[in-house]
Amino acid sequence: MTRNNSTEGKSGDRDECGNATLTRRGMLSAILGAAGAGLAVTAQASSDPVVDASIPADPTRVPGAGTSALGVRSQFARPERKAAFGVISGTPLQDLHGTITPADLHFERHHGGIPMIDPQNHALLIHGLVERPLRFEIPDLLRFPAVTRTCFIECSGNLRINAGPKTTPQDLCGLTSQSEWTGVALSTLLREAGVSTKARWLLAEGSDAAVLSRSIPIEKALDDAFVAYAQNGEPLRPAQGYPIRLILPGFEGNTHVKWLRRIDVADRPFMTREETAKYTEPLRGGRARRFSFTMDARSVITTPTYPVQLERGWHEIRGLAWSGRGRIVRVEVSTDGGTNWQDARLVGPSLPTAHTRFGLPWNWKGGGAELCSRATDETGYVQPTRGALIEARGPGALPYHLNPIVSWLVEADGRVLYKSEPWS
Amino acid sequence: MQRPRSHRPLALPEAFLRQCLVLAIVASTGCAMLPNVSSNPKTTPPPAIERFGLGRSATPQEIEAWDIDVMPDGTGLPPGEGAVVTGAAIYAAQCARCHGESGTEGPFDRIAGRLAGDAFPFAEDPTIKKTVGNYWPYATTLFDYTRRAMPLDRPGSLSDDEVYAVTAYVLFLNELIPENATLDAASLPGIEMPARDRFIDDDRRGGEEIK
Repeated sequence: MTRNNSTEGKSGDRDECGNATLTRRGMLSAILGAAGAGLAVTAQASSDPVVDASIPADPTRVPGAGTSALGVRSQFARPERKAAFGVISGTPLQDLHGTITPADLHFERHHGGIPMIDPQNHALLIHGLVERPLRFEIPDLLRFPAVTRTCFIECSGNLRINAGPKTTPQDLCGLTSQSEWTGVALSTLLREAGVSTKARWLLAEGSDAAVLSRSIPIEKALDDAFVAYAQNGEPLRPAQGYPIRLILPGFEGNTHVKWLRRIDVADRPFMTREETAKYTEPLRGGRARRFSFTMDARSVITTPTYPVQLERGWHEIRGLAWSGRGRIVRVEVSTDGGTNWQDARLVGPSLPTAHTRFGLPWNWKGGGAELCSRATDETGYVQPTRGALIEARGPGALPYHLNPIVSWLVEADGRVLYKSEPWS
Repeated sequence: MQRPRSHRPLALPEAFLRQCLVLAIVASTGCAMLPNVSSNPKTTPPPAIERFGLGRSATPQEIEAWDIDVMPDGTGLPPGEGAVVTGAAIYAAQCARCHGESGTEGPFDRIAGRLAGDAFPFAEDPTIKKTVGNYWPYATTLFDYTRRAMPLDRPGSLSDDEVYAVTAYVLFLNELIPENATLDAASLPGIEMPARDRFIDDDRRGGEEIK
């Protein structure tokens, strides 16, 4: 056992990712049995003394590692998604910086599992109210002029209702992520097919076990919609729609249909389950809102938040703000629960329909504080309070399109907790 | 002069080396052209292309194989039919373990149940479960969704007749059709759902108002 481990330690220096670790796991699992493989990974991450011994006390006195085919994260910094129910996993907003979400940390939400698709057997059909029904294979799509756009995708059900004090931003609203997406404009593909003047809607359908489908207004399809094949410069991840997905900047997440296989152009909406039984919002007066595509402006502080233990002195209150209706023009931060507001600095570019980073230096001198943020977008929409949303829609208008101002309580001892408030 | 790094015979495949050579030539040629490019900053706009002619015609067979969508007026419904009594047996075998024997027990989505006077108080009371009978606006959606996605562990395994039958049974559980009913492409769109007129199109437009 000792010998095996020391061998691994050395080769691990040279090959940071794959083979050494796999071999090591293989050996350990051979010793511990199949069920031991998971334990071995845990041991490596936390308290494995052999791995610790491989960390030089002075990295300037030891030749460093060589190159490798695939990079991996530092063993000291490994943000992870948190999965729930097998169909949802949230981005660790509190562990990330800037605005781009690493592809393997992009939130996941699927309705029938993540399909395994061989791109050679995949195609995109465009039919319905078109002059020329067309079938595109992936290499066809790659030959069109490419478009690239950085935008967020947010699940419309991105607020944990009645969350308790020990809630991280990831747990509260981790179903929003941002990538630089690359693909071909849907308007280009529709022009190839020759869309009828009668076209008003189209059905976008995925090739997953749910054959998920949504009706999309033709205006959006001809405006800024695109069929993406790449995310942050590489082919899409399977969980994000490999080989192709629809991107509808600013629209709710489920409309960005993953594993896209078919577009049926029509003169009216199809009224699928995901736009009638689901993803509609009850409103006061015995109504429900449908086709509520656009995500309203929102912000959330990502640090300091639970489970941070705050120390006295200077910090930067940081967070993300975004709007499905365009640019974020202003983010205000309050340290007293919304009595007084200060303008935060917008860090980096404020792109339309994109996560925008904000920051405000803050000197914590001890004592209680309540940190919250409020976003304004270019239409003049100001992120509402929980009370304003309930007033406008009713206490039962759950669980979609909830974008309230949320607070983090700094206790006198430096603990930071989510300010838990019942929804109704 | 650089010292050879190794006296061992080169292990790299010849094809790879040839590729490297080609790349090196391309790179050097590119460099040689750079002064021309920088001395002449004029660029031509990309061509305005009406059609690229990529992809190929989709055959009727290819479209038919995937075109499963169904609209509220019945467009897209396939031939076939199914009776409530037939659907009861399919439901018991395929659906009850997730939706409950009578569509109300769960553990997953509650699909049966009406409210007194077909009220629609969901915005007032978050505890009321949304069912086919009290919330779904169109009966065709039930057929469409069942055919594309159910049962969860064997999606697409039911025949069209079976989907008609189980759709009929769920509508019967919601007291929308009688026990002796049979559904087909002609009758399904005619079922008026209690919540049909409850839905309004999104009217949020940004700006100052909170909606």
